[in-house]
Amino acid sequence: MAESVPAADVHAHDDHGHHEQSFASKYLFSTDHKMIAMQYMFTGMAMALIGGFFAYAFRMQLAFPGMDVPFWGQVSAAEYNALVTNHGTIMIFWVAMPVLIAAFGNYLIPLMCGCDDMVFPRLNRLSYQIFLLSAVVLIASFFVEGGAFGGAWTAYPPLSAKAEYSLTPLGSTIWVIAVALEFVAFLLGGINFVTTAMNSRAEGMGMYDIPVVIWMIVIASILFMASVGPLIAGAVMLVFDQTLGTNFFDPDRGGDPILWQHLFWFFGHPEVYVVLLPALGITADIMATFSRKKIFAYKTVLYTTFATGVLSFMVWAHHQFIAGVDPRMAHVFTITTLLISIPIAELCFVYIATLYKGSITLSTPMLWALAFLGEFLIGGVTGIFLGASGADVYFHDTYFVLAHFHYTFFPIAIIGTFAGVTYWFPKMFGRMMNETLGKIHFWGTVIPFNCIFIPLFFLGMGGQHRRIYNYENFPELAGQGMQDIRIFATVSLLVMLAFQVVFFINFIMSLRSGKKAPNNPWRANTLEWQTPSPPPHGNFGSEMPKVYRGPYEYGTPGREEDFWPQNAPS
Amino acid sequence: MTDLIANYVPSLSTYSADIDGLIILIAWLVGFWYVLCNIVFFYFIFRYRAKPGVPTSYVTGEEKELKRWITIPHLLVLVCDLFIIYGAVRVWVDVKQTLPETPYATVRVISQQWAWSFVHPGADGKLDTADDIKTVDDLHIVKDKPYIYELMARDVLHDFSVPVFRLKQDAIPGRTIKGWFQATATGVYDIQCAEICGIGHGVMAGRIHISTEEQHAAWIAENTPAAALADMPQADTPNPKALAAR
Repeated sequence: MAESVPAADVHAHDDHGHHEQSFASKYLFSTDHKMIAMQYMFTGMAMALIGGFFAYAFRMQLAFPGMDVPFWGQVSAAEYNALVTNHGTIMIFWVAMPVLIAAFGNYLIPLMCGCDDMVFPRLNRLSYQIFLLSAVVLIASFFVEGGAFGGAWTAYPPLSAKAEYSLTPLGSTIWVIAVALEFVAFLLGGINFVTTAMNSRAEGMGMYDIPVVIWMIVIASILFMASVGPLIAGAVMLVFDQTLGTNFFDPDRGGDPILWQHLFWFFGHPEVYVVLLPALGITADIMATFSRKKIFAYKTVLYTTFATGVLSFMVWAHHQFIAGVDPRMAHVFTITTLLISIPIAELCFVYIATLYKGSITLSTPMLWALAFLGEFLIGGVTGIFLGASGADVYFHDTYFVLAHFHYTFFPIAIIGTFAGVTYWFPKMFGRMMNETLGKIHFWGTVIPFNCIFIPLFFLGMGGQHRRIYNYENFPELAGQGMQDIRIFATVSLLVMLAFQVVFFINFIMSLRSGKKAPNNPWRANTLEWQTPSPPPHGNFGSEMPKVYRGPYEYGTPGREEDFWPQNAPS
Repeated sequence: MTDLIANYVPSLSTYSADIDGLIILIAWLVGFWYVLCNIVFFYFIFRYRAKPGVPTSYVTGEEKELKRWITIPHLLVLVCDLFIIYGAVRVWVDVKQTLPETPYATVRVISQQWAWSFVHPGADGKLDTADDIKTVDDLHIVKDKPYIYELMARDVLHDFSVPVFRLKQDAIPGRTIKGWFQATATGVYDIQCAEICGIGHGVMAGRIHISTEEQHAAWIAENTPAAALADMPQADTPNPKALAAR
């Protein structure tokens, strides 16, 4: 591919902008980090529509069992399992990761670090191409004989390992291969993010002058790269079990199904922080800008984040308290899990303290950022119930767990993304978004979101367990009272999905006819705002920026302006 | 809030109240922090909203007198964590690490796609004898007696969950996992499979029948396999032939 489009590979910036690029080289095979970021973002959004549609289909089945769901039809038990499995897989691997890490990472790292592109632009392009391939492979699994994999996103063997149990001979293998390809894409991306942020910063930008969002993306990439190895090994074993008849996970032939759980969660728990950190970073930058305040205790934020990252490798077995491992192990993981609440609580305190004595403007990006904090707090505190082994005995695999992690992942993947998109939209596309539509969309998303998931906490307390396509077989769960709660949650989901139309209208209208954005519409300090909107190829024109101070010098005493760009000579 | 869980699901085992109590303890502790954070959070948003002519302030967060507003709460969170860890460990040791020394009986719970099989001891109170009673999807136990269960899986992972007991335990092919429960009331309640086990996961429902000792004895008498009755030893006169056969 590289040979066919040499123009895209020209990376010397002395000739940028002077030659006409073909459509393919500009949009499909570009090595420009901004274009790759857009590719990741739009692919992620398209996958979010698919994942959201899946949620719609199975929530309809839960609220109105046996109904003919519009645009889907009857949801069979097998289809239900495939829908929940792939909803989870898509939302984490094909929405949260590409948008939060890959899209924002690609877009922001070179711009905020003041360099012209990623250090490995072709690797970057390859990363996206493999990612796109992985998405296509995953979707293909819905169209093969036997249907898509339905063994939950955790894919515990033996169910996932043998076709006679899962009844999806092709679907489960395709699922594992798609996930493995996605990991390859993000390994390539991660190398780029860390290298670029560490080696290609603008002159004068020290370690403590790097914006929090960049630090967070870098730490997240390191966490991902350090944790994914064991799972790739596990994925290979799983594919071998499925296709070659090996027995890594078959206890009758010397294997052990628990092995997979350790490999999976050793990756799976740091993965939560892999997507959390970029969202926290986006929030930090937005909160600083719109409260016109320095981030409270910037260094504390960094060290706390490092501590969280390290601790996140030591908590994985809290997913396995009742999995049949030696029960004494639960004590170790209860302690580590509760300890990780300390840096997270500290981050919450620091973020709230950032608002102190500021001058807060509730613009759309700021609303999203504040909502992230408010909603994530609920996800955080409900996690304590599940990290405490004695309480997890009851809550494990109930809707309480489901509601808990949606209160972490929804703020991360949806609220965090909308915060980032509305904040950087003027930079990305050179036009302002409509604030009124933005606010309608904000309230129309956040209120129904709470209406969906608060009731699910109560269903979980009522003992409703997960991944059941129809509760009528369980007399304690089949009552009308619980059914009414399910219907309420589903209707709230429909309302929330309907409000997403407002976002797309706003997005497209603003793209076509929004007010022209100035270079620095939010009067922010970081480097990406000190170049034209949208930035040209090469980002900063002929003169690369020089950095004189940290990214959050707002309200510095003795200055007329309440902001002080990083590259402004004093 | 004292019956946070029991309001929804009756609490019917000797340890269910401990688990509920732990959940309530956590609810109070995290509830306190949640409410406090939100009060400060919304107060700041309101108090420091942008007003014309009012400039922002330069606060780095490194100032000692400000930083303690982070440090002190942060230590208090640690103290709360210690309470929760203590409570969790105590409950866990009781529920999962201790087995009753003199169980009333042992029942075998065998899970498979997509049904529960139960093996109850017959009148002799022992498993693996001719009078064992095997059932599908219905488990019969006596109230107020400590039971040990032996949990197995034939094919994939399952999970033996009895919400009224607050009991949940994964079943793993190739292993026998032991645990215990003691019911505190009679009645018929749900047994759920709480680990996805394939397309029939949603129909893998069992029922637990908790009865008095007399009712249970009657159930045993009614259901003892005919073959076992034939060579059942007569009361008071041990049947040497039947004993030898074992």
